[in-house]
Amino acid sequence: MTDTKSILLVGVGGQGTILAGNILSTALLEAGYDVKVSEIHGMSQRGGSVSTQIRYGKKVHSPVIGRGQSDILIAFEAMEALRYLEFLKPEGKVVVNDYKIPSAPILMGKADYPENVIEILKEKASTSVIDAAKIAQELGNMKVMNVVLLGALAKAMDLTDIDWEGVIRNTVKKEFIDINIEAFKRGRDKLALAEA
Amino acid sequence: MKKLLTGNEAVALGAYEAGVHFAAAYPGTPSTEILENIAKYEEIISEWSPNEKVAFEAALGASIAGARSLAAMKHVGLNVAADPLFTTGYTGVNGGMVLVVADDPGLHSSQNEQDNRYYAKHAKIAMLEPSNSQEAKDMVKIAFEISEKFDTLVMLRMTTRVCHSKSLVEPGERKELPLKPYVKDLTKYYVAPAVAKQLHVKVEERLKKLEDFSNETDLNYIEWNDRKIGVISSGVAYEYAREVFGQKASYLKLGFTHPLPGKKIREFAEKVEKLYVIEELEPYMEEYVRALGFDCTGKDKIPNIWELNPEIIASSLFEEETPTIQYDKSLVANRPPTLCAGCPHRGFFYGLSKRKNVMITGDIGCYTLGGADPLRAMDTTICMGASISVGHGAKKVFDRYKKDMRVVSVIGDSTFFHTGINSLLDVVYNKSNTITCILDNRVTGMTGHQDHPGTGYTLAGEETEMISIPDLVRALGIKHVRTVNPLKLDQLKEAFDWAFALDEASVIISKYPCVLKKWSKFDREEFEPLEGKCEVDVEKCIGCKMCVNTGCPALQFVKEDKKVKVDPVQCVGCELCMQVCPTEAIYKVGD
Repeated sequence: MTDTKSILLVGVGGQGTILAGNILSTALLEAGYDVKVSEIHGMSQRGGSVSTQIRYGKKVHSPVIGRGQSDILIAFEAMEALRYLEFLKPEGKVVVNDYKIPSAPILMGKADYPENVIEILKEKASTSVIDAAKIAQELGNMKVMNVVLLGALAKAMDLTDIDWEGVIRNTVKKEFIDINIEAFKRGRDKLALAEA
Repeated sequence: MKKLLTGNEAVALGAYEAGVHFAAAYPGTPSTEILENIAKYEEIISEWSPNEKVAFEAALGASIAGARSLAAMKHVGLNVAADPLFTTGYTGVNGGMVLVVADDPGLHSSQNEQDNRYYAKHAKIAMLEPSNSQEAKDMVKIAFEISEKFDTLVMLRMTTRVCHSKSLVEPGERKELPLKPYVKDLTKYYVAPAVAKQLHVKVEERLKKLEDFSNETDLNYIEWNDRKIGVISSGVAYEYAREVFGQKASYLKLGFTHPLPGKKIREFAEKVEKLYVIEELEPYMEEYVRALGFDCTGKDKIPNIWELNPEIIASSLFEEETPTIQYDKSLVANRPPTLCAGCPHRGFFYGLSKRKNVMITGDIGCYTLGGADPLRAMDTTICMGASISVGHGAKKVFDRYKKDMRVVSVIGDSTFFHTGINSLLDVVYNKSNTITCILDNRVTGMTGHQDHPGTGYTLAGEETEMISIPDLVRALGIKHVRTVNPLKLDQLKEAFDWAFALDEASVIISKYPCVLKKWSKFDREEFEPLEGKCEVDVEKCIGCKMCVNTGCPALQFVKEDKKVKVDPVQCVGCELCMQVCPTEAIYKVGD
């Protein structure tokens, strides 16, 4: 097709996927790419499975991709990685948060959280695992888990030349700038170690 | 500098730059953010209307008064506004008027996936279809020019992926425009039969002029590449087609899609070897192309159900499967949307689910989830306002044919104001003893917390008259009205017992703010906030699952030890689980 790259960012409603998508798309824009982002609002957000698609390149046409078309799958929740794995190119990469959120049928004891999700992902695709919850906890705010994962994504996509600090500074609330910059760095460095 | 905007934000910016004076809407996914963003511009009078018909008519009134006006709605909202739509097709406008309609292919948040392009054809008005955010902004501005030049309503037809995708937009300046003079003109706006008869003649003449424009305008353009393949496309489907064919095909990109440009289509179709018509949902353009006498490939291969993407187009046209990673998808548990922890609707539906021999007619909103697992306390959901009238019809039949069934109609506060009022009038007038439950969570919930006539605030954030639902239903003739807090199950049970024993129609108002709502001054005056968190005493928990069967996402049944645990991050301390626990194993901390 083209030089256009596709990122599929998945998680559970309330995990901050939209903010992560905003920082990422702004950064890509400032790096000089054409960018398109697609999100779904409305009913599915009530604790349901959510996804953001980000595409960038010289000239992007479609804001969405189909199965087998994403260059990278970044999952804020482990089971969601498995749900969307079919959207990844067979040679694509997975960055998965080692973090489980049981869905309603699991909470009620009517379904089981799949066993060995991470192992299945590793077996099927080039997968990097990151414990973003642990890093966020160390930083003292679970809400920055999304930016930890964004740091990991930037590393995995080799988008390290971008002025991420500047973008974070302009995107998040003043009192959260420092912690988010730190979260980004920790995620980026953690993935570098995982990949080494 | 260019900005990354959603299609909805771009429409709002376009309206601002076009000098729009008045805009109105009823919230509905995927159109909601259009008015939310327009409201940021103080230059524009911006309003939430009680429903789409009212929004449309208010915008029409503004246009007749000489203003540039805009009405926005989701696709099914246009069904509600269809009556004024068709007549506006006859009257035309004074100040330019644009109707923005957002279809939802894929039914992300809707009850059907109707293709509203047929409305433009049916109502004989002009239609534009943007493919991305820049086009959305530009087309709003052009739409006003077309509206004023041809004296027609213009429909801007969007879809979910245009509304909610972000792409680059170059912002411009607002052009302030004076109002057009208001002139009383009975031959134009006084649509009595004799007047309408003459107006229909004008409509047909106008359509011919619009077709000429459609053939001339740059909104419909040809991009010549290889002529072996020619693609006719519009909207976001055009962007998908570009991904699939790239430079290997020539394109006729249609931005002005009613009336369609017959001459331009003919010119294009004659010069390509193989013709494709690529469009989402129905074969609106394809039918026209075929009627012109051209064979083409379209809906014989590309599905007319659900939304498209480049992969679906490629695999359906070329019958080639895109390589994907193979794995056992059945391992993945469903993650359906759920009522939030602390949602007042949960208490209501839990209480209602205990009743036997009841038909529960539901409506459109977050509370539609009361029909899903585990509560399943709903039998029907049709459209906005239908709960009460569908319930009425069912109850009349049950009674006449001596079926032992009660009917409970469940509707939200915003939905009641939208189209529930007329239906309740029917219940009173035609005497069915249905029990109407108005779930008043003090906000339009599902679409992301918009104000409505019952909240005490306007879209602009000004304080206004707060319509009292109890007063309103009494004024409609309901004699039996009670208000309960649905998170107090004993109160709720007592109200149900009372209503089920009545042989006249009754209304129960289940009233507590949405758990996600930022409380207004009025809410703080009226309600006690939820405090503390719930915890489970594992010694007392017998693993009966009564609490998890309320469907609260803060509760988890742990299979290994057959006990329930509370997620302290999610729990907001609503105490519903405490009330259903038979062994008093759940207690409050921080109380």
